[in-house]
Amino acid sequence: MSLPISGVPTAVDQPGQLPGAQPGAAGPGPAARQPTTHALARMGRAIRSNRKATVGTVLLAIFLFAALFPGLIAKDDPGADAYQPKLGISTAHLLGTTAQGQDMWAQLVWGTRNVMIIAFVVGLAATGIAVLIGVAAAYLGGLWDGSLSLLTDVLLVIPLFPLLIIIAGYAHGGGTLVLILVITVTSWSYTARQLRSQALSLRHRDFLEAAKVRGERRLYIIVVEVIPTMTSLIVAAFLTNALYAVLFASSLQFIGLGNPNTQSWGTMLYWAENEAALQTGQAMWAIAPGLCIALLGAAFALLNYAFDEIGNPALRPVRRRRRKRA
Amino acid sequence: MRFALRRLGFFVVTLWVALTLNFLLPRLMPGNPALAMLAKFHGQIGPGTLHALEVLFGVNTQQSLWSQYVTYLHHVFTLNFGPSLDFYPESVTSVIGSAIWWTLGLVGVATILAFVLGTGLGIVSAWKRGGRLDSVLPPVFVITSAIPYFWMGMVLVLIFGFTLGWLPTQGGYYVSTDSPGLNWIFFQDVLSHAVLPALALIITLIGTWILTMRNTMITTLAEDYVRMARAKGLPGRRIMLDYAARNAILPNLTGFAMSLGFVVGGAILIEYVFNYPGVGYMLLQAVQGEDYPLEQALFLLITVAVLVAILIADIATALLDPRTRTSG
Amino acid sequence: MPDQTDQMDQAGQPARLAQRPGAPPPPGRPMLDVSGLTVEYVMDRGVVRAVDDVSFDLMAGEFIGVVGESGCGKSTLLFAIAQLLAAPAAITGGGVTFRGQSMVGLTDRQLAAIRWKDLSVVMQSAMNALNPIKSIGAQFKDAMRAHGVTSAAEIAGRSAEVLQMVGIDPVHLGSYPHQLSGGMRQRSMIAMAMLFTPDLVIMDEPTSALDVVAQRSLMVQIKDLQQRLGFAIIFVTHDMSLVSHFSDRLMVMYAGQMAEFGPTRQVFDTPLHPYSIGLLEAFPSIRGPRVPLTGIPGSPPDLAHLPPGCRFAPRCPKVMDSCREISPELYLVGGVEVRCLLHAPSAAAAASTAPASSTGAASTGTTPGHDSGGADE
Repeated sequence: MSLPISGVPTAVDQPGQLPGAQPGAAGPGPAARQPTTHALARMGRAIRSNRKATVGTVLLAIFLFAALFPGLIAKDDPGADAYQPKLGISTAHLLGTTAQGQDMWAQLVWGTRNVMIIAFVVGLAATGIAVLIGVAAAYLGGLWDGSLSLLTDVLLVIPLFPLLIIIAGYAHGGGTLVLILVITVTSWSYTARQLRSQALSLRHRDFLEAAKVRGERRLYIIVVEVIPTMTSLIVAAFLTNALYAVLFASSLQFIGLGNPNTQSWGTMLYWAENEAALQTGQAMWAIAPGLCIALLGAAFALLNYAFDEIGNPALRPVRRRRRKRA
Repeated sequence: MRFALRRLGFFVVTLWVALTLNFLLPRLMPGNPALAMLAKFHGQIGPGTLHALEVLFGVNTQQSLWSQYVTYLHHVFTLNFGPSLDFYPESVTSVIGSAIWWTLGLVGVATILAFVLGTGLGIVSAWKRGGRLDSVLPPVFVITSAIPYFWMGMVLVLIFGFTLGWLPTQGGYYVSTDSPGLNWIFFQDVLSHAVLPALALIITLIGTWILTMRNTMITTLAEDYVRMARAKGLPGRRIMLDYAARNAILPNLTGFAMSLGFVVGGAILIEYVFNYPGVGYMLLQAVQGEDYPLEQALFLLITVAVLVAILIADIATALLDPRTRTSG
Repeated sequence: MPDQTDQMDQAGQPARLAQRPGAPPPPGRPMLDVSGLTVEYVMDRGVVRAVDDVSFDLMAGEFIGVVGESGCGKSTLLFAIAQLLAAPAAITGGGVTFRGQSMVGLTDRQLAAIRWKDLSVVMQSAMNALNPIKSIGAQFKDAMRAHGVTSAAEIAGRSAEVLQMVGIDPVHLGSYPHQLSGGMRQRSMIAMAMLFTPDLVIMDEPTSALDVVAQRSLMVQIKDLQQRLGFAIIFVTHDMSLVSHFSDRLMVMYAGQMAEFGPTRQVFDTPLHPYSIGLLEAFPSIRGPRVPLTGIPGSPPDLAHLPPGCRFAPRCPKVMDSCREISPELYLVGGVEVRCLLHAPSAAAAASTAPASSTGAASTGTTPGHDSGGADE
């Protein structure tokens, strides 16, 4: 629900300054595009050297592991109301049990899968749409650009969460698929604008002019030359969209607009709120899933911020210099 | 001038899209929600109202889609949103009217505070690069900006409401003991109920604004005119504010306004957690209660509010930046 | 050299604006003394030395031109002298002494007293150097108020006066930078630099953003102002022929080092360093005979990975084997300092010849034995 952090936000009518959009920025070299593998290797090095990136990656890895192999971490069946309800923390139940007698730790761990699926599917899909529309608008120009940009801006301004609530309400609490669909269709606009800005600024760079002079077709230029240069921004866009997806989806589940029977952090919170967990001393029921959402969101945000710093060296942490005395 | 016209045009288009979405969604969604809603409220509302609603939602009607659309638009522009189903027989407009002040107060004040504090801290932390503020703030606020609004609210409720018992956690005021009025007791009551939700909003909002302000500020500080200001021997604070901050904030203003759409989303959740009687809480109730007229009206209201905010930001930018005044 | 009273009369100004803290240097002593100045950038790929051991001094009222390619360090040198460097650049060696006071290491607050009053700066692009959201007049007022001028009348009067000095109608005090033409913007930047009739004005390519005709007229204006008000100028440019008409001494920089430095006439007519020769031959004369244009092949070295020996060796048409091993010092040749082994003293005289002093005073000569590239004007 919070704004993604990006280097410089773009105002409506001004092309924003973006990491990687400045000619001299670190990242793919100014005069030549570098092969994608090289760019990825540099990214890897950059991640290791940047503290925020390392923390973010570690967190993300933990959650990915939990999503892929939940059975290794939590032995119980999350859906089974097999235990005594409202138990506190113990070695048998790491987080205690819910009011329906389910093991909270199992729910938490198994719920990771739902969240990660949403995050990655929506992240990829929304980013895909954003790349398509953003780059197309920048390259087709003219009327195409005008109408695509208008569409993007309108979607950007219309308050998304109320819209989501209303749509989800009409759909009468469809499951995860509905959530994914609805969030994807509405949330691509912010990143589409960023990508369009960068694509616009790349249009006249030398290596692209060279490709045009070589006689390459426009589509070729777009796919083979432009998009690889925008890799770092595309990755950042993915992180932004994934972050949004997690926050939006959890919020919708929290207010009961997802399917309350799915295993997910958002639905845990829904049940916790339903059972007045905070008031009745079952605080862990609300704290734990919320904390996980925050941590996953923080992982995406940290990685995003680290990418900003990698792309725009001016933003990096400054080490204090000793002043030279006369 | 042309710029102003284009902006106005954009607002009109956005409004039109919102209106049309409102119109089309219940008709397009699978399962014909309008029919379901009408069935639910069948016994509770008068036949005249029932018929009006049928027309409004295109159920059991012979009218073509286009003429339904025209009727719908006509209703909207005469501010006739019909009756609220949850609060029947009160009209939608009067129901909203009672809730809107609570939201304006809470969200308005919290947003302004977050903005002022956020930009202030962002400016100072960029100015003192490498200082303690600059090394602590970014990572901390990167994390806080990822915290879901509602969870922040819940944590605050837990700590300050239940564990410490310092502040109330529900509602806008103590409904059982007080009645609204211009007296000091009521005012105190309102304030104490507003503290926690406002705090939740501010904490989650402020992070993004600190960070974007800091980043723009850093880029601005590298500009030649800042170096020139140093060369002139101007005092540090004047450079920071007059030369750097005023320039740095300009591209952010519109962005801030557009982020209000997100603020609204957060406000909805916070009002939900705190049962705060504002517009957001009402929207959720309307959706859960399938009160379509009410939720549609609220959606339009929120959209208009965001557009107005953007308009204000545009005006502010024009006032602060002489370049926009003479061009376009 | 015009003395103090002349300046005040010409400016016709209340004494306050032209006052400076500290006494002017006694005649004969340099106003600015740069010795061994070294500036380094700390970057991810290593430490880059943008300015390497530059030493020279500047007498009152003198005009020194600094020329070189992009990236040779001339702008960095300028900002280092004015103490305007920002991270990741920093002065890591040597000193800058202005009017007897050392400037390196002073804080902005300590420098504020002399800034603009004694030393002002003119930058390359007025569009970037002027605050875009403040009017010209407001930016003049800023500077004056920062130095204790509070009377609105004085401020208005002086602002109008400096604008008139550069030929701009004072009505433009209310204009914003984007409302003026390029040439007017540059001139108002120069006018702003004149506010306190400083002793030294540092100019970083102030004409590069203009067309050729405007360039010339701006140069003439600058020279005119200098003659009326008597300030010293350090003028950085990549256009050697432009500055050579106006400067007293000329410095050629290459890869962060001084390559050649001496009286303009000498350096221009008889350049000693192969790089200077190359630069001059790149500017054909309009009136002279047609000569095939020769550029300098190759490009400047990466300052993070310098070649051993002389930095110009990879591109030098007169390179010798020793050039790739020995880094040449500055050698004094008839009043001109040059960093080239072609002009190194012979082995026999090595003991008696020290690297040149910086004021260009005559010293024990060195064996010439050099080519003089007879460049046209």
